[in-house]
Amino acid sequence: MSDTTELPDLADELVSLARENEQIEVCVSRNRSTTIKAYSGEVESVRSGKSEAVGIRIIVDGQQGFASAGSLDRRVVSQVVEEARGNLQFAESDPHQGIALPDGVDPPNLDLVDPAILRMSDEQKSSLAIELERRCLSADSRVNSVRSAAWSDGWGEFALASTSGISIYTEGGSCSVGVQPLAVEGNETQIGYAGDAARRPDVLDIDRVITEAVDSATGMLGATKPTSERLTVVFEPGVAAAFLGTVVGALTGDRVIKGRSPFAERLGEQVGASMLTLFDDPTNIDSLGADNHDGEGLAARKNMILENGVLSQFLHNSYTARRAGVSSTGSAVRGPRSTPNVGVHALCLDPGTGDREALFDNVVNGVFVRGVNGLHSGVNPVSGDFSVGAYGHKIRDGGLAEPFSEATIASTLQRMLLDVVAIGGDFEFLPSGSGMASIAIEDVALSGI
Amino acid sequence: MSVTPLSPLLDRDLIQDTLFEAMSNGGEWAEVFVEDRQNASADFDEGRVEAMASSRDLGAGIRVTVGEVTGFAHTSDLTRNGLVEAAQAAAAVAKGGSHVDPIALSGNGLAESNARILPESVSKIRKVELLERTNTAARAENAAITQVNVRYSEGRRRVLVANTNGLFNADDQTRTLLSVNCVATGDQGLQTGRETVGYTVGFELFEDHDVEAMARRAAARAITKLAARPAPSGQLPVVIERGGGGVLFHEACGHGLEADLVNKGASVFRDRVGELVAAPSVTLVDDGTMGVEWGTVAIDDEGCPTQRNVLIEDGILTDYMWDHLQSRSAGRPASGNGRRQSYQHLPMVRMTNTFVTNGEAAPDDIIADTKNGVYVAQLGGGQVNTATGDFVFGMTEAYLIENGEITVPLREGNLIGNGPEVLKNIEVIGNDFAMGSPGTCGKDGQGVPVGDGQPTLRVAALTIGGTAS
Repeated sequence: MSDTTELPDLADELVSLARENEQIEVCVSRNRSTTIKAYSGEVESVRSGKSEAVGIRIIVDGQQGFASAGSLDRRVVSQVVEEARGNLQFAESDPHQGIALPDGVDPPNLDLVDPAILRMSDEQKSSLAIELERRCLSADSRVNSVRSAAWSDGWGEFALASTSGISIYTEGGSCSVGVQPLAVEGNETQIGYAGDAARRPDVLDIDRVITEAVDSATGMLGATKPTSERLTVVFEPGVAAAFLGTVVGALTGDRVIKGRSPFAERLGEQVGASMLTLFDDPTNIDSLGADNHDGEGLAARKNMILENGVLSQFLHNSYTARRAGVSSTGSAVRGPRSTPNVGVHALCLDPGTGDREALFDNVVNGVFVRGVNGLHSGVNPVSGDFSVGAYGHKIRDGGLAEPFSEATIASTLQRMLLDVVAIGGDFEFLPSGSGMASIAIEDVALSGI
Repeated sequence: MSVTPLSPLLDRDLIQDTLFEAMSNGGEWAEVFVEDRQNASADFDEGRVEAMASSRDLGAGIRVTVGEVTGFAHTSDLTRNGLVEAAQAAAAVAKGGSHVDPIALSGNGLAESNARILPESVSKIRKVELLERTNTAARAENAAITQVNVRYSEGRRRVLVANTNGLFNADDQTRTLLSVNCVATGDQGLQTGRETVGYTVGFELFEDHDVEAMARRAAARAITKLAARPAPSGQLPVVIERGGGGVLFHEACGHGLEADLVNKGASVFRDRVGELVAAPSVTLVDDGTMGVEWGTVAIDDEGCPTQRNVLIEDGILTDYMWDHLQSRSAGRPASGNGRRQSYQHLPMVRMTNTFVTNGEAAPDDIIADTKNGVYVAQLGGGQVNTATGDFVFGMTEAYLIENGEITVPLREGNLIGNGPEVLKNIEVIGNDFAMGSPGTCGKDGQGVPVGDGQPTLRVAALTIGGTAS
């Protein structure tokens, strides 16, 4: 693809500019992307671009400064070094502040680039986008148009080097498709969506994307506002990922040490139902979140989070780990444009057994939630209050019934973890990198009429 | 005072040559968008400055259209070679060269900064002092305040837009913002309170706004919520405090009035211009020229001057919002609503400052006339499905109304409603208009700064997503 020594060399060179007493960490990256959208049987837009980035962190006596830029031009990069130096003088000294130190853990050495994407022509990508639209239109007569049918692919390389001797390089590529059909019946319009992502174009499941996209629009036709009541909710895997992702956000070292987590004092305790086992595993190549390193250049590794409902550990980067008196869990997440945060790369749930329908069997009265919205506005990960807009289908006597919409579901993160009553065997890796299955949670408030 | 720069962001001849290259493959129209963005921020957490950060982004996006097809390429390489390569990549959607007319740019491509005091000219020490003062005020409000995060950010965005119609416009946009987040610890767990002040201005922001008063409000909000009860579950009348709920209109109908969504059949407001779509007391405006509000810009990201667009007048749908592509298809002028997150993005129809104008009722009477319901003092973000009109938005400070009086505080939750229904269910509008907090609107993965506002008003029924019966 390109010279794989150029970025590491640049990073090493910048690190060598460190003055006495300075810790320097340099991230450099280069990306290319293409997005092609189709509409009315034609290409609607072709967008392509190249971008570069540099981010430099300098720490002296516990004072940290950071600067970044969207260019690898030498003059710009030199300015970034000076900016970072200028910024650190105003930060207060923190004895725990510092770059990551090598910890001897070996990275998984995953191959994250498949050259098949690079070989695809724009014509092939365009025909796929056009095909997505055409097949949605012919799949069901109620689909009268498609708001967006898109192909995207991207390739990127990333190098990180620091004065602690870390020097890593990673290359990665992926492609994705997404389609939004509009289903119309009478005066009603429903918009659906489905997508898939992979490292290789031939494993994208186009048939499934079309079936799911069309069904997500037509299935909601005739949806009504449900009656308010407490019942069991079944989350499809994508919704389960959104819910558990919010929970895990409250289990990161940053939130815990700063007193912003309702789980801060709960290490080693039973915080979830005993069937709930949750972990982050970036070493699994099947996940699109797989990586060789974390955002500070430490080896990516598998971390248990909940084991049979017991809170096994909090996730840490090197700073939060030093504050907490533990070792980094290799959970630094960041791009070159920001300082290292803490998070998951590939959140996974241990699946149950049996298909999704088996999950419904024991539900006398419940809802199957196909989508939620307002996660950013109705969930407070500090207090744990959880309230989101939801749509999907009613479950009655063990089977799917009529669609519902314009409703909310509410509880608290703390209660919902304990109220998990079943996990499906329908495990799948989502385009986001999460490995999820459907989950059933009882005693949740559904608000409608 | 601000000074007009001596030369445009990119040389006029180089832009003309780039446009020529973009047209050389048979394109019908081409545009060059250049952006130079400088941001700086400082985070104050746990009683100290955690980090100061700064960033710089400079690049260009080149767009070529032929018929209904758009080609777009972006680059951070602003040399002649970099621009030519991007122009050729964008031009590839056109199929075959043709004669290209010479391109003459009118205008000077220069713009004066909107900032009276450019934040970059202010010493970092003064910014640190500001953070310290805010933190101290929040912590002094109450001993139950256990954590305070204060964030300062400044952003200067210089843009230059040129197209083959000869347009050559520039803008120099500075925004400054301070937000404070407090955590209060009580017997029942943790609660949060947030306040933000942000305007399209420079550092003069802090001459006009008292950060300590703002910090005390955020702290008081977290403290109040320590005693909060679970919110009700089900439908109730909702009174929204002035400035606290413009996001309702942003979600309930703003997005549905964006011409790109309308023309693709993804809006419940399609084919409804001239119809009564809201209560007759509702007049909804989107105005990118509005003072120093968060969504204000002199020109949109296609170089079109912003303007005041009346979308709903006395309940009747009067117009949608338009960008270059949509207005060209419809054969009408654009409305200054073509915006993009950065030079790496294609522009699309976006809101600026969206608000409902004053009614006649006294706000106290609106509350007193509500027997039982919910009083929302501050809303968080929201989200809408434009095809169905269903939307949600979060309430970050709310109270019960019992027998016409505001009583106990409620825990956080989402409200849900249907845009067209809610617009018709607006029962009464107050005479106390105010703009709300600065916001970032997300659409198709792009975020742009927006403002919203409204007087105190009552909606006959919204579904409250709480847990109490």
